[in-house]
Amino acid sequence: MDPRPEHHQSRALLDVRGLTKMFGELRACDRIDLGVASGEIHALLGENGAGKSTLVKMLFGSLEPTAGAIFWKGRPVRITSPAEARRLGLGMVFQHFSLVEALTAAENIALSLPPDTPLRAVASRAKALSEAYGLPLDPSALVGDLSVGERQRIEIIRCLLLEPELVILDEPTSVLTPQEAERLFDTLRRLKGEGKSILYISHRLSEVQQLCDTATVLRHGKVVARCDPRGETPATLARMMVGAEVAAVSRAPLASVAQGAPLLEVRDLSREPATPFSVRLKGIRLAVTAGEVVGVAGVAGNGQTELFESLSGEHRQDAASLVRIAGEDAGRMGISGRRRLGAGFVPEERLGHGAAPRLLLSENLLLSRHATDARQFLGGGGVIRRGAVAAAARRISELMDVRKGAPDPEAASLSGGNLQKFIIGRELDRKPRVLVVNQPTWGVDAGAASRIRNALVELARSGSAVLVISQDLDELFEISDRIAVMHDGTLSEPLPRGEATYEKVGLLMGGASPSHHTLHREMVA
Amino acid sequence: MTRLELVKRPQHSVLFSALSPFLAFALTVVAGALLFAALGADPATALYAYFVEPLREVWSLHELAVKAAPLILIAVGLCVCFQSNNWNIGAEGQFTIGAITGSAIPILLPEFQGIAVLPLMLLFGALGGALYAGIPALLKARFNTNEILTSLMLVYVAQLFLDWLVRGPWRDPAAMNFPQAPRFAPDAVLPEMFPDSGRAHWGFVLALVAAVLVWFMLAKTLRGFQVRVIGQSPRAGRFAGFSLRQNIFFAFLLSGALAGLAGIAEVSGAIGRLQPSISPGYGFAAIIVAFLGRLNPLGAVAAGLVLALTYIGGEALPSYGLSERAVRAFQGILLFFVLACDTLIHYRVRVVRPAAAAPDQVSPAAQPELSHGHG
Amino acid sequence: MGMAEAILIAVATAATPLLLAAIGELVVERSGVLNLGVEGMMLMGAVCGFGAALLTGSPWMGALAGILAGVLFSLIFGVLALTLVTNQVATGLALTLLGIGASGMVGEAFIGLPGVKLQPISVPGLVDLPFGRFLFSQDPLFYISLLLVAGVAWFLFRTRAGLTLRSVGDNHGSAHALGIDVVRLRYLAVMFGGGCAGLAGAHLSLVYTTQWIENMTAGRGWIALALVVFASWRPWRLLLSAYLFGAVSIGQLHAQAFGISVPSQFLSALPYLATILVLVLISRNRRLTMINTPASLGQAFVPDR
Repeated sequence: MDPRPEHHQSRALLDVRGLTKMFGELRACDRIDLGVASGEIHALLGENGAGKSTLVKMLFGSLEPTAGAIFWKGRPVRITSPAEARRLGLGMVFQHFSLVEALTAAENIALSLPPDTPLRAVASRAKALSEAYGLPLDPSALVGDLSVGERQRIEIIRCLLLEPELVILDEPTSVLTPQEAERLFDTLRRLKGEGKSILYISHRLSEVQQLCDTATVLRHGKVVARCDPRGETPATLARMMVGAEVAAVSRAPLASVAQGAPLLEVRDLSREPATPFSVRLKGIRLAVTAGEVVGVAGVAGNGQTELFESLSGEHRQDAASLVRIAGEDAGRMGISGRRRLGAGFVPEERLGHGAAPRLLLSENLLLSRHATDARQFLGGGGVIRRGAVAAAARRISELMDVRKGAPDPEAASLSGGNLQKFIIGRELDRKPRVLVVNQPTWGVDAGAASRIRNALVELARSGSAVLVISQDLDELFEISDRIAVMHDGTLSEPLPRGEATYEKVGLLMGGASPSHHTLHREMVA
Repeated sequence: MTRLELVKRPQHSVLFSALSPFLAFALTVVAGALLFAALGADPATALYAYFVEPLREVWSLHELAVKAAPLILIAVGLCVCFQSNNWNIGAEGQFTIGAITGSAIPILLPEFQGIAVLPLMLLFGALGGALYAGIPALLKARFNTNEILTSLMLVYVAQLFLDWLVRGPWRDPAAMNFPQAPRFAPDAVLPEMFPDSGRAHWGFVLALVAAVLVWFMLAKTLRGFQVRVIGQSPRAGRFAGFSLRQNIFFAFLLSGALAGLAGIAEVSGAIGRLQPSISPGYGFAAIIVAFLGRLNPLGAVAAGLVLALTYIGGEALPSYGLSERAVRAFQGILLFFVLACDTLIHYRVRVVRPAAAAPDQVSPAAQPELSHGHG
Repeated sequence: MGMAEAILIAVATAATPLLLAAIGELVVERSGVLNLGVEGMMLMGAVCGFGAALLTGSPWMGALAGILAGVLFSLIFGVLALTLVTNQVATGLALTLLGIGASGMVGEAFIGLPGVKLQPISVPGLVDLPFGRFLFSQDPLFYISLLLVAGVAWFLFRTRAGLTLRSVGDNHGSAHALGIDVVRLRYLAVMFGGGCAGLAGAHLSLVYTTQWIENMTAGRGWIALALVVFASWRPWRLLLSAYLFGAVSIGQLHAQAFGISVPSQFLSALPYLATILVLVLISRNRRLTMINTPASLGQAFVPDR
């Protein structure tokens, strides 16, 4: 049963040759060659939009390649579906988890197993495996009630249950605390010790250096370098990834700016969960003064969205004094009222929250500015002054270097980075006294990210108060003057930048309060 | 297996936005021709009788305006509703209630005469329709109750209410047990525009004015912007500072008022009295009009004329082996084609054939490229 | 046969078409698809069922034709809403409008003709037990509707295929990433829903009235849609809700028989008003609705390949 023995000459478990994927005119992956050997941890490095996710989706059979070939253990294969990929011995841990919230952990695991496995067997096998790898898991828990870290464990267990020879992990640490990430690395090293291969997708250079044996670097859909990451520095890896030097954020010392009165104050803010899957806010206190950037760290799903909505006025408070903006009680005001006090807001989700996808860019300018700039943008009877709006949109696009295909395209047609530059520019253009930003550079390429971070620091130094909510610790350490941590709906006392370390912040992100520790231990047992 | 695959366009296609209603209409005509041919009628003559004949006579042009007036009035309101993602499908009920509340003036106050009667009737009709549409709006805004089902249920309730009125308290004693209300006095009748040549009444002009006003509101003002933003993305609407609840009321009350106005205009202009059945399904056909007009009020004017033509042309159907009931089937088919063609605005459709050879038969060195389809 | 039993039988006859249509739609909605065309599919089932029974003389052929008509009609919805990803609300409405028109056209020849009745199945001996007629001497579709409820409950919550279906309805993106053919599964669900609606329509023209009347569903398809919401997408609760509604519509008839002096139109409006009332009652509890509603319900899905 082996007609072509010559294919076994390669020691590669997975060998990808000339793999190409076109989305319409766009070459998401362009003639990619990639080899993963048995028993190695192979990094796939690249910026957002470099084509990493497209590549692994083709490997896992959820996308069909436009051209190219995949060899598995030396044989050419056509992976037409995830089921086929799993049958071959590929396992996948998705970045945006492929879990169904309304089902239990065991039911979710069962979904990717052969249909004849009884649910009870699934639960007991999952439990056994989770104990063996030190990944605590309750099979009967509803996924919707679990934290992101716990959800990732389900993904990993689900993948390992099928005894794969190659495990693909897509940005696994983006949702973990530094300590949780360490534990994940231990598990991965153990799998490597068992002879399994791992394809590790990331844009975080330090962890790639720490963990991986080989790295393939992608840029604009093409392979631009292969290297041993242990022989490189973060700077050289970054240069391969970005293709140019990235300007560091210049952060004038805080002391050089006259510290003013607090412009944004939150006083003992609590909020009941609005939906079954949202987080209760508990006694949040915070003050951001003129001139400073305060960072809010935390793993996704710990109340950041709820906090943002409470600050923006999309959710109003019961008492006016709970949120104060520029010295005024704003708790009973809606978002337009708070904007009139000089506040600006940038939500996490760009399409569908910060911008309406099918509206033009200029119309999206009006979205957040119609109340504050009514004189400029609206005529009598609420008639929109298209000319004025379009001119302002042009100005912002030029200032923020927004690249677009048409003079005034639909928001959905812009890349994530360019749309984010526009949305941030839309607020900066008003010179807001208070700016609240959620995930300013999520999914944004390095050049745009650095531009955005610089703009945020500049705004603060010019006398505004800036609050940045982010999951990216590197980003927060780069731009914040103080860092607070969100965990389970509570906000820690902010640490001055000088006192904050990754370890301290990481512990707070994991909820290192005594009560939580016992809870965690109970769950493990 | 060969399959269809949709590829999302980065920008919506301007060409297909303009073309899709025409394409849909053409496809419906083709479907109609096939149906006629299947029934043994000559498709060309039948289609001519259906679509062209009515346009050649002055009196039937008048009929076209009579039928188009309620369709356009209702559809203009539905454009606002559907654009704001409020699924008011109970326009037929609001139409009925508008007819009732408007007629209340001449029926309950027969002594009240003069120039003020008609404007008051129209006002009451619009108010009645708006209030009736306010029920599903209130339930949606207050309790998050599905407006599709509530607004539809209220259609049946309105029709039963009308039925009770004209058979009971409002029955014309002179009509000898015939279930109908008394004929309106001359002051209560919406006058005909050109009485010498046909029946078309001023309701048609009302419809055109409403279409232009609502178009201006939607396209040019902050209010219209609000409707569009919330319809596309409620969360972005909330971020913009717009009130979702207020928007629900705005859309429902406006469309209810227009449907109510259509109701009283129909009763006072075209029928002349209240009777158990006052609409051949205008409220539902207007849904088709709104979509055929691509949810643009000016588009709805053109689409309303087209749908009106299907009603009038339908009267010619029996001579070609089809009953007039086929009209509704045609209207349904038309909506299907409209929806299908609208897909082309946002997607490119590709026919995908699987790769010719299985990879096992492909020598990788000789033929590294696997072709998976073509555009 | 006592008074109570007679009423129960009448309630069952009124509830069965609602239950048949609703149990099908429940499966459709559990797969994440909102097909508002139930009314149209029921009408097609009613007219085709009536016609086929008349032509063949066999009410069973009628029932089968009703199912087939419903399935075929639902496929129109499938091609548009699933393959061409048109707006599901609008497409469902279109299906209902087309169903009203097409059934009226097809049924024109049947108006006024006496139909063929699907006779009750009696279990000899058991019929004489207390409530024996209610339990053991009803029309076949009554038993089929109960079997369908039990079958759907078992399928959804006890089988892997049911689990897969629920996962598609709750998160089609995840299901697709796992390699589940979302569109294919939804086609199957839509066809099942169409078959059930067609059978429900056939019940009206073969059991409930044994004649063809234009628009004879009189909003039952819409009430079935409301029942699915009221039952929070659970099969056994659906059974209860359908019988509750059967009782309301029968109560309406009996009130007339007892000579209660309320205009008949007001009594006829009761089922519609009751529908609104239960929808309000259930949707007031936002938390409950949120937990139970299939999260992908009505949302367009385009698989990327």
